[in-house]
Amino acid sequence: MAQTYRSMLIDPMVDNNPITLQVLGICSALAVTSSLKVALVMAIAVTLVTAFSSMFISVLRSQIPSSIRIIVQMIIIASLVIVVDQVLKAYAYEISKTLSVFVGLIITNCIVMGRAEAFAMKNPPFASFVDGVGNGLGYGLILMLVGFFRELFGSGSLFGVTILPTVNNGGWYVPNGLLLLPPSAFFVIGLLIWAFRTWKPEQVEEREYSIQAVEAH
Amino acid sequence: MGLRSFFDRIEPQFTKGGKYEKYFPVYEMVESFLYTPKTVTTAAPHARSYIDMKRIMTYVVLATVPCVLFALYNTGLQTNLAIAEFGASGWRAGIIEALGIGFNPANPIANMLHGLLYFLPIYIVTLLAGGAWEVLFATMRRHEVNEGFLVTSMLYTLILPASTPLWQVALGISFGVVIGKEVFGGTGKNFLNPALVGRAFLYFAYPAYMSGDTIWTPVDGFSGATALAVTASEGPAALPGYGITWMDSFVGTIQGSMGETSTIACLLGLAFLLATRIANYRMVVGCLVGMIAFSSLLNWIGSDSNPAFATPWYWHLVMGGYAFGLVFMVTEPVSGSHTNLGRYIYGALIGFMVVMIRVVNPAFPEGMMLAILFGNVFAPLIDYFVVQANIRRRARRNA
Repeated sequence: MAQTYRSMLIDPMVDNNPITLQVLGICSALAVTSSLKVALVMAIAVTLVTAFSSMFISVLRSQIPSSIRIIVQMIIIASLVIVVDQVLKAYAYEISKTLSVFVGLIITNCIVMGRAEAFAMKNPPFASFVDGVGNGLGYGLILMLVGFFRELFGSGSLFGVTILPTVNNGGWYVPNGLLLLPPSAFFVIGLLIWAFRTWKPEQVEEREYSIQAVEAH
Repeated sequence: MGLRSFFDRIEPQFTKGGKYEKYFPVYEMVESFLYTPKTVTTAAPHARSYIDMKRIMTYVVLATVPCVLFALYNTGLQTNLAIAEFGASGWRAGIIEALGIGFNPANPIANMLHGLLYFLPIYIVTLLAGGAWEVLFATMRRHEVNEGFLVTSMLYTLILPASTPLWQVALGISFGVVIGKEVFGGTGKNFLNPALVGRAFLYFAYPAYMSGDTIWTPVDGFSGATALAVTASEGPAALPGYGITWMDSFVGTIQGSMGETSTIACLLGLAFLLATRIANYRMVVGCLVGMIAFSSLLNWIGSDSNPAFATPWYWHLVMGGYAFGLVFMVTEPVSGSHTNLGRYIYGALIGFMVVMIRVVNPAFPEGMMLAILFGNVFAPLIDYFVVQANIRRRARRNA
């Protein structure tokens, strides 16, 4: 095996992160990161779906005809998402209401599909499971980072616990309303990618063209 | 020439191999601010022109002078008028009392001084906070700090309400400079207007400090609607009831962000920019035509539920930030379109959008900031289509 289980778990954190390097799953990262609690639930949900869908697809990988493989993958992913959705509705109704449509949209999350297609179709079940967990955690890491900045500076709290008392409640912190709006996640993710690529310069993409210096005659 | 020889003496310290090599951009900034830049183009093609970036930027700053003077006067005037009713407090009042000038709104000197005490802190904080980012990026990326920032900081100061807390001023200009300009490579590569990016950041982050009736005049207890807020809720016919005539709005003795109230001051700036050919007249024409055409269309359509439909074009011209945006931001060459036909379309798009946001969108009474940012985003696309159409036309001619 080319990769160890350890590297399958650790690589998607920073070196091959699904959000900051592959730029997948941005839509849900914008929508669910205004508070850490919701971001955490979403991260767990995506991790579970990615891990188990990768495992089941890997079990079936030699039986799936390649012409209809996307349909089969979708069915497996959709069934898992429905399970997650029902569990959330049963045990965490408030959070499930906040997440609303975004739980259902895990079906179309590129990370889940991407791992199924790129990894689970070619690798044994346990390796696929570990790879799914790793990618789900990589996604979750970014979600939590974005959620941390947005909730701390947008509402002055973390997991609903007040850290910076806001002026409305008699404190001193003026909450930044922009961070509660979904577009702010673009800025935060963009700055995170900038930070990651400064830390790991090998992630910087090649320029598509270069400006040529003309020598003076 | 003591200063020149001082620069010549310290220059080797900053050039390659010198002790402070890293800080060359800082040296270059101070030196080229005081003297003509020494660098010349070495590679072809060569074009001779007396206009360089330094001169363009300096001219724009000069063009804002009428707006700055009127900003001082009107901020002081509105504050003194409100003080007559609500009383004075704070360190500014202390300074004015110590100087023995008083708060008489009929005294232009008292108004100017009071306005200056509001304008200057905001301007200084803008220069310090934004300048720090500029120098930081220039040092890290080894590009030059240029006079563009003087324009950005001046425009940014003029489009803020006088009551803006100074920490918000610093935060806004930091966002404007870093996200609006430096991440894209600095001056000349910004596809958005940095001053407006900073202003938009504050508008969405701290709406309570950037919109409403109580913020335009920095006196506790004061409440005064802007002309735009009145037209949005009750239509233009209600304006005289609030003591706002067209002439007040044209001259600028109304509520609003510091530098944007006076249309006549903006028009003086426009005349200067057009005469020196810094501003491209096509953008101005496009923006005027777009605004006049669409507001006339809305007048003609009419609406029973939305009184703002009845706002005539000559009111749109003098209300809010239209004139200021038209003169100093629509004409900004980097973030606008670069083709001549594209400039008309770009201007018209902004003129259309500003009326659209002001009249049809109930969420925002003012639309100039968002309209210009919208236009900025579309400018490259407009250019693309203009260039493609040109290529097709030529191909057909030579076919």
